[in-house]
Amino acid sequence: MRIVNIRPQRGIRILTGAIPIAIALIAYAVVSAARAEANPHDKVLPTFLAMAEAAWRLFSQVDPRTGEVTAYADTVASLWRLSIGVAIATVSTLLLGLALGAVPIFRSTLGPFITILAVIPPIAVLPILFIALGLGEASKIALIAVGIAPFMIRDLVGHVSGLPVEQAIKAQTLGASSWQLILRVYLPQALPRLIESLRLSMGPAWVFLISAEAIASDVGLGYRIFLVRRYLAMDMILPYVAWISLLAILTDAALQWVSRKAFPWAHGEAK
Amino acid sequence: MTALLSFRDVWVEYGDKVVLERVTLDVEQGSFVSVVGPSGAGKSTFLRLILGQEGPSHGQILMDGTPLTPECGPDRGVVFQRYSVFPHLTALQNVVFALECEQSPLLGKLFGRARRDAIAKATEMLGAVGLEHNLQVYPAQMSGGMQQRLAIAQALIKHPRVLLLDEPFGALDPGIRLDMHGLVTRLWREHGLTIVMVTHDIKEAFKLGTRVLTFDKRRIDPHAPNRYGATAVYDIAVKRKDGDVAAVLAE
Repeated sequence: MRIVNIRPQRGIRILTGAIPIAIALIAYAVVSAARAEANPHDKVLPTFLAMAEAAWRLFSQVDPRTGEVTAYADTVASLWRLSIGVAIATVSTLLLGLALGAVPIFRSTLGPFITILAVIPPIAVLPILFIALGLGEASKIALIAVGIAPFMIRDLVGHVSGLPVEQAIKAQTLGASSWQLILRVYLPQALPRLIESLRLSMGPAWVFLISAEAIASDVGLGYRIFLVRRYLAMDMILPYVAWISLLAILTDAALQWVSRKAFPWAHGEAK
Repeated sequence: MTALLSFRDVWVEYGDKVVLERVTLDVEQGSFVSVVGPSGAGKSTFLRLILGQEGPSHGQILMDGTPLTPECGPDRGVVFQRYSVFPHLTALQNVVFALECEQSPLLGKLFGRARRDAIAKATEMLGAVGLEHNLQVYPAQMSGGMQQRLAIAQALIKHPRVLLLDEPFGALDPGIRLDMHGLVTRLWREHGLTIVMVTHDIKEAFKLGTRVLTFDKRRIDPHAPNRYGATAVYDIAVKRKDGDVAAVLAE
């Protein structure tokens, strides 16, 4: 049988999926144990035990200097920046994506401008944001919004303008005005696509958040890992990276769940 | 009989390409016009002209004596071969859509009593096309034939002056096609519809139509195939006896 035709069952899929993860974890455990044996003060590859100790300090102990649990304060600060930035990008995507996607004259007016914005590397405008908005929260939020919005807008415009022309015609023969056409035909079909492009944009959003925090901040997940890097504190960096990954996975799962619940027709499922 | 639609020396040109030329004909109220012809002979263009999806390059199209604007309106219903229904709405919502557009300009949604009335009307219309047991189903879960039934119900709820069918049964298998012939004939009789149907199937054209228009090019310049456009080269009246109609319905 050709290998392209072999379709593993669910149990086998879970098993095969777990193998590389297990290999990576075991390899790390073996190598870090060997290094710890050679040098108990090794910082580069901390053992899982050392990481657990550091994580326990970060995630449950109140830092006497700030009076807060470090990881908790960092997470709240970062998620706040991330969610505001992403919310601004999402709302502006929905408004512009619908307007440009549905109305050709808006598309011909603003389309080229947005295309130009989309090719500017967002990190390159970070200094401009720092100068214009200061080093506070506004510039970090702006970087996230500016970083992901152009891609999302272009994606949504493409999707809405690419809906079959038959739908628009049918709606008009049923008496729909431009407004009703946008509200009842384009908006509902834009929403699942918007969630999809949001899921794809969450990766870049985290990159922009961590970059902004690394450069100018006094609290936040990105700030913390770049701060402790100076002391080679891998035992703190690795748990933080794992924590960020976990947050990203949970966000993605939540978005997917919302889309499946709210738009069953878009996922080819019964309601 | 009065002329519902009049074409007066209508031409459609895209740049150098002439698609339709010198189309002059009347469509009477209550007629069932089948349009046949080879691919690229302007059948769909003819339908789009009536629909208002595009306007003629020269000439005039009159509906009830007034010129058509090149924009789709609620007096003309349409069923396409595909994409005729909204994938994000259930069967019932697809049909209620037209009533909501009419009665709720701002929100496009109805509430309370108006909503119940609209649902009752839509349910009745869905019953007329045989979808009374599939009100809450999304189009993606329906067969091709059911989707076309839904598209017809959706168009008929507006009581259009003309119902335009663009190869509506082209993608259906033969058994379902026969069912649909019966359904369209019944609705045409019961609602006193005027129907213009584009089809590839000449048998279907003669079976359903009271009149068959054949579009083709009268002249062909082999060095410039786009120089001349197509027009209605044959215009055949079909006597549809009551016996024939009964036979179609009985199928």
